[in-house]
Amino acid sequence: MRNAVGREIPDELLKSDLRNGKGYEVYQGKGYRDGKYIKKQGPTTRIYQKPTESKILPSIREAVIKSGLKDGMTVSFHHHFRDGDFIVNMVMKEIVDLGIKDITIAASSLGTAHDPIAEYIEQGIVTGIQTSGIRGKMGEVVSQGKLKTPAILRSHGGRVRAVEEGDVHIDVAFIGAPTADEYGNARALGGKSDCGVLSYAVVDSEYADKVVVITDTLVPYPNFPASIHGINVDYVVVVDAIGEPKKIASAAARMTQNPRDLMMAENVAKIMTATPWFKDGFSFQTGAGGPSLAVNRFLEPLMVEKGIKMAWAIGGITGSICELKEKGLVGKIIDVQDFDTSAINDIRNNKNHYEMTASEYANPANKGAFVNKLDFVVLAALEVDIDFNVNVITGSNGVLRGAPGGHPDTAEGAKCCIIVTPLTRGRMATICEKVVTVTTPGDCVDVVVTDYGLAVNPKRQDIIECLDKAGVKHVPIKELQEKAYSMVGRPDDLQWEDKVVAILEARDGTILDVVRKIKPCEI
Amino acid sequence: MELKTVGTAGTLESSDIMITLEPAQSGGIEIVSFESSVMNQYGRQIKAEVLASLDRLGVKNAKVTVNDHGALDCTVKARVECAYYRGCQCDVDGTYPWGGVIR
Repeated sequence: MRNAVGREIPDELLKSDLRNGKGYEVYQGKGYRDGKYIKKQGPTTRIYQKPTESKILPSIREAVIKSGLKDGMTVSFHHHFRDGDFIVNMVMKEIVDLGIKDITIAASSLGTAHDPIAEYIEQGIVTGIQTSGIRGKMGEVVSQGKLKTPAILRSHGGRVRAVEEGDVHIDVAFIGAPTADEYGNARALGGKSDCGVLSYAVVDSEYADKVVVITDTLVPYPNFPASIHGINVDYVVVVDAIGEPKKIASAAARMTQNPRDLMMAENVAKIMTATPWFKDGFSFQTGAGGPSLAVNRFLEPLMVEKGIKMAWAIGGITGSICELKEKGLVGKIIDVQDFDTSAINDIRNNKNHYEMTASEYANPANKGAFVNKLDFVVLAALEVDIDFNVNVITGSNGVLRGAPGGHPDTAEGAKCCIIVTPLTRGRMATICEKVVTVTTPGDCVDVVVTDYGLAVNPKRQDIIECLDKAGVKHVPIKELQEKAYSMVGRPDDLQWEDKVVAILEARDGTILDVVRKIKPCEI
Repeated sequence: MELKTVGTAGTLESSDIMITLEPAQSGGIEIVSFESSVMNQYGRQIKAEVLASLDRLGVKNAKVTVNDHGALDCTVKARVECAYYRGCQCDVDGTYPWGGVIR
């Protein structure tokens, strides 16, 4: 069946039991499930009425055994340790060594740190992957069709919804924590490998049947204020290291000096000031990539000039937005993830910087997440097409190598969603006729800024009027695509086999797109 | 002018292409290896540009190695020409056909 972004979704997927027997609908458009009701699917949890002194177990292996993990079950992880994560590989090694098979990994995201999982996929031990990000070797083997079931790729908000709604049931959650006490109260600060917040893991702690906290820094009870509460935790394991600190948080994300990026960032700031939402008390999220991050730098003088302040900023947080807060230009930072050590230090030491859960950040199925009140979001893209659909998951060769992350959530929620991307990258046309994979639907994308001009979604006549009034020049997006093709040539269509290797869920749980097995390219 | 030795031009930098031409007595143009970071979408066009450039230069027999990192057609053409003239040892004679000489 064809969906609202024109993608053909195979009927057998709609009837499949991948969504825990409920079947799938195809994507129907922005806000489709608004006003509907769901029943949250809670976990089956053990009663701990008799007092015990400690939940500490001697090893991860012991925790896997005690958790009752069996063939065919689902385990979960979070990605706050990013490329420095040791937890996924440590736990999966024990699971594999114990001979447990047919495992589904439901992680908030996975990255190149998890290359060893590719081998478990090839061996048929890991048979399901549900994640936001999929990269490196894992992306390659899944794209080659080696995972038994299609990978299910969700936004950060969509993941919380899926867990709460019971689309995926987590049997055992393994939660890496920078600090924990013997009852499993866990925090992201104070250990050897601080990651700032544990936002993505909260839903796992609340909805998994069994919860194991793994730390390398045991602290005295009670480890408060806790991100993960001991009342939800079955076992605690202390290991030598949960991750590699240098890869968990890079030093302050460097502000780009690339003139092309700076020019685009300046134009994004100009567009923002031309809209009615750029007024005292506005809200904002931007990415950590070159041009997106640089927008912070251009906003500062514009805010000072107009005498206005930002009420709050959300998202993956970097030092540059924290700096604006410390200068008094941002009221509060509400944090779902930290990208650099400056951001971690800010939440540790400074005022008005708070942790939130992934549900509070972006879940479309709760009673109003932060993204729903967001004025502006500035995002990057691998590709944008002439219908404003964005791809952030598949590379130009059709192989999985990215993550929707909070992209679709913030794009749908924000009043003004601005994509900033160079027109071409090497020989690749970023603005193209048809994106390889739709990860954020075009009806959520408002403005696209490139180094060769900008385009506004015709659905947003209000923004077009604002820009015209302010004298900000814009062109039809088709013109940008034609310009790109005139420089790099028209790309050949990718060649696919029929087999679906991954499903891109829209944040409301409908199917936005599928990724098929790529045919090897013969020249 | 003909290929006397192995001629290489270009780098492995992004947006560049490395072309290596080996002289051959017969066998026509043989592409011994073709790699590209944009194989699926532009491999066919890059190969066509390499072959067209060799044809324009009048190369009848050669072994060709292509290692592309997303070069544009103008770069492909320039690297093929340079590899060819290096293989012809134009630098020894000091007579690179610069500028508009190449058609």
